[in-house]
Amino acid sequence: MSGLFTALLGAAAQGVLWGIMVLGVYITYKLLDIADLTVDGSFALGGCVCAVMILNFHMDPVAAIVVSALAGVLAGAVTGLLHTLFEIPAILAGILTQIGLWSVNLRIMGGKSNNPLLQEETLISRLVGRTGSKTVETASPLVQKLGLTQSQASLVIGIIIAILMVAALYWFFGTEIGSAQRATGNNENMIRALGVNTKMTKLLALMLSNGLVGLSGALVCQSQKYADVGMGTGAIVIGLAAIVIGEVLLGRFRHFAWKLSSAVIGSVVYFLIRALVLQMGMDPNDMKLLSAIIVALALCVPVAVNKWKLKKAYSEEGGED
Amino acid sequence: MLTLTNVRKTFNKGTINEKKALKGIDLHLNPGDFVTIIGGNGAGKSTMLNMIAGVYPIDSGKIVIDGINISRDPEYKRAKYIGRVFQDPMMGTAAGMEIQENLALAFRRGQKRGLGWGIKSEEKEFYYDALSRLGLGLQGRMTSKVGLLSGGQRQALTLLMATLRQPKLLLLDEHTAALDPKTARKVLDLTQEIVDNQKLTALMVTHNMNDAIQIGNRLIMMHDGKIIYDVAGDAKKTLQVPDLLQKFEEASGEKFANDRMMLAK
Repeated sequence: MSGLFTALLGAAAQGVLWGIMVLGVYITYKLLDIADLTVDGSFALGGCVCAVMILNFHMDPVAAIVVSALAGVLAGAVTGLLHTLFEIPAILAGILTQIGLWSVNLRIMGGKSNNPLLQEETLISRLVGRTGSKTVETASPLVQKLGLTQSQASLVIGIIIAILMVAALYWFFGTEIGSAQRATGNNENMIRALGVNTKMTKLLALMLSNGLVGLSGALVCQSQKYADVGMGTGAIVIGLAAIVIGEVLLGRFRHFAWKLSSAVIGSVVYFLIRALVLQMGMDPNDMKLLSAIIVALALCVPVAVNKWKLKKAYSEEGGED
Repeated sequence: MLTLTNVRKTFNKGTINEKKALKGIDLHLNPGDFVTIIGGNGAGKSTMLNMIAGVYPIDSGKIVIDGINISRDPEYKRAKYIGRVFQDPMMGTAAGMEIQENLALAFRRGQKRGLGWGIKSEEKEFYYDALSRLGLGLQGRMTSKVGLLSGGQRQALTLLMATLRQPKLLLLDEHTAALDPKTARKVLDLTQEIVDNQKLTALMVTHNMNDAIQIGNRLIMMHDGKIIYDVAGDAKKTLQVPDLLQKFEEASGEKFANDRMMLAK
């Protein structure tokens, strides 16, 4: 039983860290109504940049996270410019950036597809107070006393950063610029008629979104102690699945702070489900299929239900008012 | 206030679908002019309004508002001077946002948007009063999503939003065409009231000849991308619908063929 508990705790930690990425997807997919496929590339970019910053440039892990987030912002800007300035459809613009980033990420990692951080200090290892971790001897008495495991430390860091990000986004989308962003997703023609440059709002949204994705990639890299060029593969589907799960579970809460939180909570639930089915003996390679099915079902069910209702409402005899 | 000089627009130039939508429009509006525009389908009425608003770039010519040449400004920059209400009630409001949020967005038309809070508490009182003046009871539903409102309510709200921060020019593109007659009347009355109170300069496209005659101080008729008739003042007041039909035939050499206009009462 404790094995399962450990697995679930690890999954929850992963879920929160990936949840930051889901917040990014939420901005583009839900608020701006753009399906941005840059995410797979910018998530790996965040991880790769973070690993290289720590390994090669011996950067402080927190600074490495900031640089990774900025790298994500840059990736978002590329997609954004392709989409707004050159009017390439958003999906295609995202795919182009994503494909390009694969090579960029390999370049960043010096041609290696995987860079381990086993011996390096990370934001998470700083909180780990168990023997066996390299930093435990040098850790502060408080950390030693807490004696957190890697998973627990990841969870704590993840929750703190997730709360900070939800609060920051809640603030931002309440400001004048943020309101214009939401309005762009709602009715682009209207907000342009009210004097907003919608190209700028979309560009900004894509940059912000991918900044969060890069940040998440960096955190996951520090938590799992390696970066891999393939670590972002399927991230967009995980993001959409998490949003769908969050909506199903917490959709009745209308407050915007809840909507943002539901993205992170959805992510946690997604990774818990994943851990459970893996424990039950599912082949990990089938996980991407399962994610795709979850998203496809979530998108299909409302349409199918509506069609069924329409069909059922018809009667040849003529109904009543 | 508004001057159009030889404004031209051709859509799909050089293709089989080429359409000369505007063939050299010259128009001058004095401050306070309320001009109604009539004309058949494809006459260029909506195109002219869209050109003024900057939805598409013009091919040639000049558009000047209040001494400012806006001919090449993008739509979002022209919004500083122009308030707009569209034919489709869905187009002028953000359905997924609250009534007060929509008003707050409109209140910032042409203003610099920063990182200040998107809707300040002192504004809410102002919005409450403005909504009360519509007489639709919307002031009690300021936090409702606009998507819950009827077409007429949304159109009245759009009208309020377009004039919340006084525009130099108000563009009304068949803004009552999608409403039922009673609601259309109500929105039209509101339009008249707001234009009178704020002494706005306005252009209103309509398919209703009676409205075109009764409302405003000037009427222009368009046909085939040109202004073919322009009447103002007392001459306009005494106009009758048959006069308009006759004028159309004289100026265009064709019978007036637009069922919607003929049938509109």
